[in-house]
Amino acid sequence: MISDKFYKYLGISGSSFLCIMGGAILIIVASNTLLNSDHPLHVSSYVVTLLGKYLCYAILAISIDLVWGYCGVLSLGHGAFFALGGYAMGMHLMREIGPRGVYGNPVLPDFMVFLNWKELPWYWYGFDMFWFAILMAVVAPALLAYIFGWLAFRSRVTGVYLSIMTQALTFALLLAFYRNDMGFGGNNGLTDFKDVLGFNIQENRTRLVLFVISGLVLMITFMFSKILVDSKYGKALIAIRDSESRVRFLGYRVEHYKLFIWTLSAGLAGIAGALYVPQVGIINPSEFSPANSIEAVLWVAVGGRGTLIGPVLGAILVNGSKTILTSAFPEVWLFTLGAIFIFVTIFLPKGIMGLFNRSNRKSNASGISKIAGLRKIFIFDGKKDG
Amino acid sequence: MADRKDTVLYLDNISVSFDGFKAINHLSLYITRGELRAIIGPNGAGKTTMMDIITGKTKPDTGTLLFNGNIDLKKLDEVSIAELGIGRKFQKPTIFENQTVYDNILLSLDNPRGVIANLGYVTTKSTSDKIDELLEIIRLTKYKNLEGSNLSHGQKQWLEIGMLLAQDPDVLLVDEPAAGMTDAETADTAKLLINIAKTKSVIVVEHDMEFIRALNSKVTVLHEGAVLAEGSLDQVSKNQEVIDVYLGR
Amino acid sequence: MKRCRLYKSLFIGLLLSCFINTHLLADTLNDTINSLAKGGFKERAKVIGLMSRLNDDRILNSLEALSAGKLYFRKNNKQVIILKKEDNKYYAKDPVTKSNLGVVQKKQFKKIRVNNRLRRQIKLTLSSLKLRASSPKDRILAATNILKTIDKSALKAIQSQLLIEKNKSVRKAMIAARASVILFNNSSNAKQIQSINILMKYGGREARSVLTRFLSSANPRVKKITENAIKTIDVSLQRWTFIQNVWYGLSLGSVLLLAAIGLAITFGVMGVINMAHGEMVMIGAYTTFVVQDLIKANFSHLFEYSLAFSIPLAFIVSGLVGIAIERGVIRYLYGRPLETLLATWGISLVLQQTVRSLFGPTNQEVSSPEFMSGAFQVGQMTITYNRLYIIFFAVFILLILLILIKKSSFGLQMRAVTQNRLMARSMGIRSDWVDALTFGLGSGIAGIAGVALSQIENVSPNLGQAYIIDSFMVVVFGGVGNLWGTLVGAMTLGVANKFLEPFAGAVLAKIMVLIFIILFIQKRPRGMFALKGRAIE
Repeated sequence: MISDKFYKYLGISGSSFLCIMGGAILIIVASNTLLNSDHPLHVSSYVVTLLGKYLCYAILAISIDLVWGYCGVLSLGHGAFFALGGYAMGMHLMREIGPRGVYGNPVLPDFMVFLNWKELPWYWYGFDMFWFAILMAVVAPALLAYIFGWLAFRSRVTGVYLSIMTQALTFALLLAFYRNDMGFGGNNGLTDFKDVLGFNIQENRTRLVLFVISGLVLMITFMFSKILVDSKYGKALIAIRDSESRVRFLGYRVEHYKLFIWTLSAGLAGIAGALYVPQVGIINPSEFSPANSIEAVLWVAVGGRGTLIGPVLGAILVNGSKTILTSAFPEVWLFTLGAIFIFVTIFLPKGIMGLFNRSNRKSNASGISKIAGLRKIFIFDGKKDG
Repeated sequence: MADRKDTVLYLDNISVSFDGFKAINHLSLYITRGELRAIIGPNGAGKTTMMDIITGKTKPDTGTLLFNGNIDLKKLDEVSIAELGIGRKFQKPTIFENQTVYDNILLSLDNPRGVIANLGYVTTKSTSDKIDELLEIIRLTKYKNLEGSNLSHGQKQWLEIGMLLAQDPDVLLVDEPAAGMTDAETADTAKLLINIAKTKSVIVVEHDMEFIRALNSKVTVLHEGAVLAEGSLDQVSKNQEVIDVYLGR
Repeated sequence: MKRCRLYKSLFIGLLLSCFINTHLLADTLNDTINSLAKGGFKERAKVIGLMSRLNDDRILNSLEALSAGKLYFRKNNKQVIILKKEDNKYYAKDPVTKSNLGVVQKKQFKKIRVNNRLRRQIKLTLSSLKLRASSPKDRILAATNILKTIDKSALKAIQSQLLIEKNKSVRKAMIAARASVILFNNSSNAKQIQSINILMKYGGREARSVLTRFLSSANPRVKKITENAIKTIDVSLQRWTFIQNVWYGLSLGSVLLLAAIGLAITFGVMGVINMAHGEMVMIGAYTTFVVQDLIKANFSHLFEYSLAFSIPLAFIVSGLVGIAIERGVIRYLYGRPLETLLATWGISLVLQQTVRSLFGPTNQEVSSPEFMSGAFQVGQMTITYNRLYIIFFAVFILLILLILIKKSSFGLQMRAVTQNRLMARSMGIRSDWVDALTFGLGSGIAGIAGVALSQIENVSPNLGQAYIIDSFMVVVFGGVGNLWGTLVGAMTLGVANKFLEPFAGAVLAKIMVLIFIILFIQKRPRGMFALKGRAIE
């Protein structure tokens, strides 16, 4: 009965993808706990944490895809929302250290004692409560996105202009978080966490649970997004992506549509960041660097934007190869990354998922240029198009 | 001077210029309720710019622009103007290429446009009946589930007309509907527009003189952003100025 | 011909006499200094007196060392040297030539001791010597020092130097210095007021601090006058701070302008979003580095002119890389700006890593030619030559580009292609070549910007990254497709940044400017000088 409903909402590819993902997570958990560490199929805790990290990246990728793939808004600043969520979680973990820090101050994190601060800044209040931190991990990025989006969409900043503005946004935050007097640990960020909700953060079992939670959140995100993009709202969103002004002449408030998905997507990125931080054990300003955001966009491009499976595939594939290549041939990684950027944009505009949807080939060719949605800004007639 | 109460669209002394080029030059035009009006004119006469002004895409520099006698369209944006009941079909057919014919119509239907309303939207029987009915009119029933990009140029024209009908506006601005259609389709389109004009106001921009003749309506000739002549097609086609403009001096 | 020879012989004669003179002088100088090692305090006082009469700037060094207790003599041959302690080692230095004599054992040397009387004498001698220094710049420095310290002992020296001093600005400084001494050491109100007026007219931070120090000891009437004088100085200081900020702002603006001009072509005129633009700048900077290295190694006499080779070469290298990028990647992506953005980002990663592999990740040093180093003083602010030249250079490049676009046939073709490609093609313009060359032009100019940046920045693989966002901000802010807008945009952002810096700090100022642009773009999405009309919709 329930499975019928699932199937109805998620379709064939969606439900089978969810099944595969759920199965994979179960197998990994089983292999990690049941098999001996010298068994060839044993998945070590190191790998589990690594995979957990990828799952967080996959959530981030879906959030980027919701705005880029479905609404045509290319964000080069989603890393900022991810990092804000991460900082919210990091602040909680800092508070949870309590008197176990180097300086033994029960309230102030080490870096504040080091800076000779006497009391906790007001914006650190409440982060000793887990629920509050989780709330903030969603609200802080969503609020920032709401303000930014409200200004941008209302005045119809679109296309590359918006992309560059989002890049400037994350760059400004990068500079800001590097400052010690911001109260977020400056250059070093937040680290040396001890435990989360009372469980030792270094312990294998905690890591396994975090991995499973990441997987569950990713699956929920996937289902939720699938329902969203298949609704009439989602159809309007795609219409906006393909022909924004036409939607306006139909009487839709395009800015409201964009603002909703933009804010939602930022909150989602924040959740991904909040899940990411306890697994990697650190959050610092470099997460705000524009290069990170644009790399996340690449995951979506590789997997295939405008699909929900694509971003997940892309995030896992690109990061998997990054892990392997950076340890084996560190010099080569940036060349590879650069090459992927170029290759995908020229030869695989629909990403890996585009290879499976051959029937849509014809429509894709004309659709891609429309996704950009602003070719008309430029004086080109696009004769070299497609 | 037409009666302002009776006019649905009231354009008076409208001017707009782009970087010194006067696209619309002291244009005055009055459309009454239930009127079918054809607009012709050579390229660059300001036909499309005039539609842009009415639908809020371009703001006029000077002049009066009223809807239903008292609503100042100059102060409103495209969305509010669309909500008032002014619909538009573009010169180049603009449909949603990556969505099915059915979804194209669904998105155009006169339903609530808010975010929340559409998040929880469920298609009812009456809605899908209405869509089927519209698809019948525009002869796309067969292609209901085909993506828009797979349609021919003429079919896209029909689909856009269908989207315009689905919106159910009081004023329809139709830019070159016959382009890319067969002769039979052109005649059908004219019939359809005449039918609609029984209850709504329709403004048609077209180059195809056969089509204009079939509409059998009042014709306005635009030239260099201003009205050159007005009257029946026979009247304007005998006007010396109009002949000069079309044949070149 | 004859005259030429005459000059030649005169010149050689002059050169020879100079050489002999300095040589002789050096000998007496060495002898005098070495005689410091002999005798007691009294003899030493005499020697110092003798030294002061030598009228040679080179004795300053030894006198300063003497008063600081760093002057020693070798026990066996009484040779006087300066000893410097560093990392528990003693380094010897020649007091006249200042050349290093290497590491020495301290026990072979004996300190030349001085008492307080001697110290006073040295101080006096030093200040009067400095006031007599050969370069006017040093004389002003000496006078300013006296002004700062209100050195009563230097009064006499100033008085006597003023009798012979001809240089106007030196005289002004000396008169102000004298006024400061008189102000504190003369109880007559009339004299004090006169001094206050002199200091007020002289202005500047030093005069102001002299006056503030005087406030506490002044009687009520004079106090009032002093306060007014301070206020007057404050007003002029504020004006100078303002001018200084504008200058710094223009300097930063010119750097932004250089980085953004190329982008104004590729992004503004062509509509191509080139995220690898910063790397074009970086390649230009590395070209400068390589050219300089080659010249240093093979044609060292041409070193002064290395920039003359770097500029065209950087243009060609970056331009060719640009053309390669356009032909290889960008041309497949026209009309798809977001994809272009991603692909060129990929290119930027590849270029960065290539340079990193070739030259290593560390900073490379590029030195400036003689004419670009140094600085000069205007009123209360210092202007460095390299910044000055870069401002001129940036404006010059902009003008060249404007002329190229407006007047040349290539510029005409370029505009034709961007406005109506089909029409241009049907008129026989090879639009794909125009595309490639336009992109090459924009990239080449970025390369030239790299040459200029190498003079004020470290040359590293990340050089371009620092500028890419700023450059986009400038172009977007100024209005896309408008070179004048780029100029105004760059200068506005530069000046705004420098005006915010004093009270917000450099980082916060940058953040504030970024936020300002974000807000500005909301209000005017097409920038300051935007094109209007249907064509750009």
